[in-house]
Formats: sequence, C-alpha cells, structure tokens
Amino acid sequence: MPTATRSNKPIYLVLGCTVFAAAAQVLMKFGANHPMPAFDPSQPFVFVKALLGNISLLGGYTMSAGTAFLLILALRDGELSMLYPIIAMTYVWVNLLSMYFFDEHMNVWKASGIALVISGVALLGRAGSKARSRAGR
Amino acid sequence: MTATPVSSILLVLLASLIGSFGAVFLKLGAGKLSGGLKHLLNWHLLVGISLYMGSSIPFVMGLKHGELSVLYPMVSAGYVCTLFWSRIFFHEPITRAKIGALGLILAGLICISAGGRA
Repeated sequence: MPTATRSNKPIYLVLGCTVFAAAAQVLMKFGANHPMPAFDPSQPFVFVKALLGNISLLGGYTMSAGTAFLLILALRDGELSMLYPIIAMTYVWVNLLSMYFFDEHMNVWKASGIALVISGVALLGRAGSKARSRAGR
Repeated sequence: MTATPVSSILLVLLASLIGSFGAVFLKLGAGKLSGGLKHLLNWHLLVGISLYMGSSIPFVMGLKHGELSVLYPMVSAGYVCTLFWSRIFFHEPITRAKIGALGLILAGLICISAGGRA
C-alpha cells in the first residue's frame, strides 16, 4: 500500500536514527580505547591534534549529529509519543554490534530482551498505521 | 554485589526527565521545518539539542556508582514522561497500544541489562 509506506516514513527515519546512534556508540567506544594525552592547558594544541587524529571519536560525534538530524526530520511529521520510545532499538543494535566488534556473547536474557523491545516497537508501528487508516490519511 | 545508591537512581531519573523535555523542544522546533530546512537554526531546536545532549551528564554521573542492570532500564522512565508531555503539549492520544508497547520495551530493557550481568 503506497500511502501507508509513505506515512510510515517518520518511523523508518527514527529506526535509521537508532542505527546511527548505535554506530556512534561503537565508534566512541573505539575512540575511548584510543590512547589520548591528558589535557595540558599550557599546550592545548597537543590535545586538539590528538583529538583530530582520533578518527573513531570524531566519527562517533559526527554520527551523533546525524542521529539528531534524523530525529528532527522524523518528528516533523510523526507523533512524539509514537516515535520517542522507538529510540530503545538503539540498545538492540548496540548489543548485536558489540557481539561482532567486542566479542560480547549472546545469552537467553539478551535474546529475549531484544525480542521484547522489537515487539514493542512493532506494536507502535502497527498502532500508527491503524490510527492513520482510521483517520483516512 | 554492591547496592545501587539512591543518588545514582535519582541522577539517572533526572537524565531521563531532561531528555524527555529535550524531545518536546525538538518536536516544537521540528514543526517549524515545514517552511524549509533553513529553519534548522531556531531556538526550540537549539534548546532541544542542548537538553538532549546535556542529559548525558547526569546519566554518566549516575552510572559511575551503582549497578548498570538497575540503572539502565530506568531510561524508559523518559519514554513514560514523553507519553504524558505529548498528551499535554501536543494533544496526542494515550492509547492502549502505546502503553502496551512501553511495557514491552521496559521488560526488554530489563532483560537486556540482566543479560549483560550474566
């Protein structure tokens, strides 16, 4: 149904936003592991240079800015109470990415938690579509 | 097992509250974007982004002491607040589906953080 796809756009934007947010967290974790000099007020440029050389950390901050931008675009058309809880999907992506990048392991608790968060988000998405079809949009 | 201090719980709840207000301002600012992306610099959006990013300060302070598995699911307090702010400020309906979805998400976050401790 093309109209439904178009009106689900804010939901997809927030989902995209959660992927960006998760990638930002992983990059910041890499960036935090990157050796950095302590900030010395007499030589501020040493710190700034090291910061600019920390590509992961910069990438993380850039991704965070992208997250905010996507969230704003999504909120332009969607209901706040519908879209804001979808941000919880970030935790799902972070858990999956951490398995790959940081050798963290999956267990029954994490798997059921991920399933519960996804069902909650799916319920929001379905409720949104129903509300729109009732409103005749 | 160390107990989670009340101060940590309050800090994380404060962070969730600040974040939920950030979302309200982002929504207010986003409404002005219908006039084009040149309206990206409006004060609602600036306040929204500041609150949203500023909420990470009490969050990190709260996480310093106390257990992640207790503190982590408290983020969803922000989702509950946002449900009420959306009703008050934007007249969005509070539906059974939204309440059910929040319940599922809260249960999911509790399980994920329990899994992180295991």
